Amino acid sequence: MTAVGIGAGRARGVLRRLGHELARNPTLTVGAVVLAIVVVVAIFAPLLAPDPTDAGNATHPLSVLQAPSSAHPFGTDELGRDLLTRVMYGGRTSLQIVVEVLAIAAAIGIPLGLIAGYFGGAVDQVIMRVTDIFLAFPALLLSLAIASVFTPSVGHMILAIAVTWWPWYTRLVRGEAASVVRRPYVESSRTLGVSHARIVARHVLPNAATPVLVQISMDAGGVLLVSAAISFLGLGAQDPTPEWGLMVSQGASYFSTQWWYATFPGIAILITAMAFNLIGDGLRERLDPKRVLSR
Amino acid sequence: MTRFVLKRLGLGVLVVLGVVVLTFLIARVIPGDPAVTYAGPHATPAAIAHARQVLHLDKPVIVQLLDYIKGVVEGNWGTSYRTKQPVLSNIGTALPASIELVVAGMLIAVLIGLPLGVLSARFASRAPDLGVRVVAVVGVSMPVFWLALIMQRVFSGSLHWLPAAGQYNANLYYTHPLTSYTNIPVLDALLTGNWAVLGSALSHLVLPALVVAAYPAGLIARMVRASLLDTLAESHVRMVRSLGFGERALFTRFALRPALNPVVQVVALVFAYSLANTFLVEAVFDWAGLGSYAANSLQALDTPAVMGVTLVVAVTYVVLNLIVDIVQALIDPRIRIQ
Repeated sequence: MTAVGIGAGRARGVLRRLGHELARNPTLTVGAVVLAIVVVVAIFAPLLAPDPTDAGNATHPLSVLQAPSSAHPFGTDELGRDLLTRVMYGGRTSLQIVVEVLAIAAAIGIPLGLIAGYFGGAVDQVIMRVTDIFLAFPALLLSLAIASVFTPSVGHMILAIAVTWWPWYTRLVRGEAASVVRRPYVESSRTLGVSHARIVARHVLPNAATPVLVQISMDAGGVLLVSAAISFLGLGAQDPTPEWGLMVSQGASYFSTQWWYATFPGIAILITAMAFNLIGDGLRERLDPKRVLSR
Repeated sequence: MTRFVLKRLGLGVLVVLGVVVLTFLIARVIPGDPAVTYAGPHATPAAIAHARQVLHLDKPVIVQLLDYIKGVVEGNWGTSYRTKQPVLSNIGTALPASIELVVAGMLIAVLIGLPLGVLSARFASRAPDLGVRVVAVVGVSMPVFWLALIMQRVFSGSLHWLPAAGQYNANLYYTHPLTSYTNIPVLDALLTGNWAVLGSALSHLVLPALVVAAYPAGLIARMVRASLLDTLAESHVRMVRSLGFGERALFTRFALRPALNPVVQVVALVFAYSLANTFLVEAVFDWAGLGSYAANSLQALDTPAVMGVTLVVAVTYVVLNLIVDIVQALIDPRIRIQ
């Protein structure tokens, strides 16, 4: 058999295992399929959207606030922009926010948790007391307070949410790290002269990876909802940025007569948050069945 | 036990102090100049200099911090840029209405979430379980501000079943004036026997309370289900089952109570979360509470007011957490040793 043949066989095996997995875990499957659709629509928005210029500050004075029709399936907004286009592009904004917030939060939270759990003592005490303070705020509250002192923009909102989100990962990783450190193989590595950095990278981090992955997947929906809420209150994305929370807030003032404006972006938030939450639940069931819902 | 309580209290005080310092730090890193905001647009340099003195911005940061902590402790939380009134008295006026809303929301959430969670666990992996899990996931994935708009539009705008906004019918101000003791219309109306206002206030409460309840109801249903399934797998329940008790007795007499312990904790913690969520709900329903105050202050960049609200909600969260910890340690001695 050629190398290519072996490769293809292995790929088939992986696919079969994946298919098996998805059939056994409907929560994960439904979430993954819905999220895949959202991601594809967001990535290919320039090709799929009826009028890509409407994602910016185009104006069409002759087609202002039109009800859904075959030309504008989601209707138009007060500038005459096609709302289907803006909802599609809104997916790009939201996915960017979720990915960047979680990446920044993990990049701050995981190293701090490793340090606290691995070294213990005074360092641990200081880091954990600081996380306690951050965890004393509901996420929406602290991100709003931070966002309120900056000029409102997507970038500042991402920072504001990330700053409130890292302590969850610190607390989680610290617990895992502290339990691994006490195991005999870590102790024997130390006596053999293995460096701290190597022990953390080879033994502590891999042990903490699964629960962190599960937690991150469970948090994505929460980050999406918080970011939409901040934009809804006017402290996040600003027009003409297409963002679902902002669009709901813009549509709210027309809601009694133009129902479609606020309705469709809201449905987009709900569906995407559900997809994230289903994936989070599914991954937890599969990878980490002992963890209970804590948030 | 005393040692446990003292230790938790000490940690609680430390966290509250940290929360105060953190809100101070956030207020300090404003890119703009608080004195300019305070003095208002078109202020003369003299007015700005005066504002700087009033706000003590001319002192070193550490002195400002100590002044701020002292002020917080003494009840001087600064003056709102927007209302020009003390922040603490503004919050005192607004908070009761929000507590009314959140308590009503939590009651609804428990009344919906608890039975759904039990149903889900009783028929685990069967049709009712699937249905409940879908409902619960919708609940925790719901953008509350959007739900508020939809509910208002459907139940008030289209169906005319319930009033759209406000805390009770404004016409009653004159026909049935309400004496205010608590700033909570439902409670005040009950205390003074003002039935007309009570009916109106209750009907105004339904929609916003349902919206506030959506997330906690979903969360409680999920928690009850998970916790019950855990408990059902424990040996004491297996023994009860092998003794021949039916499923009904198993659920009501043996499994439910231990399973509710973690749920109580979640209810307390989600209370503060819901208090923050009122920022999104109250504006839609024109509810004169902390959420409306916060939303208006956020839009006006009224930093002292925003920090005051932040402080109140965070301290509520810490205190509730503390109470839950202590109560659970009283009930379950194992927690004290941890």
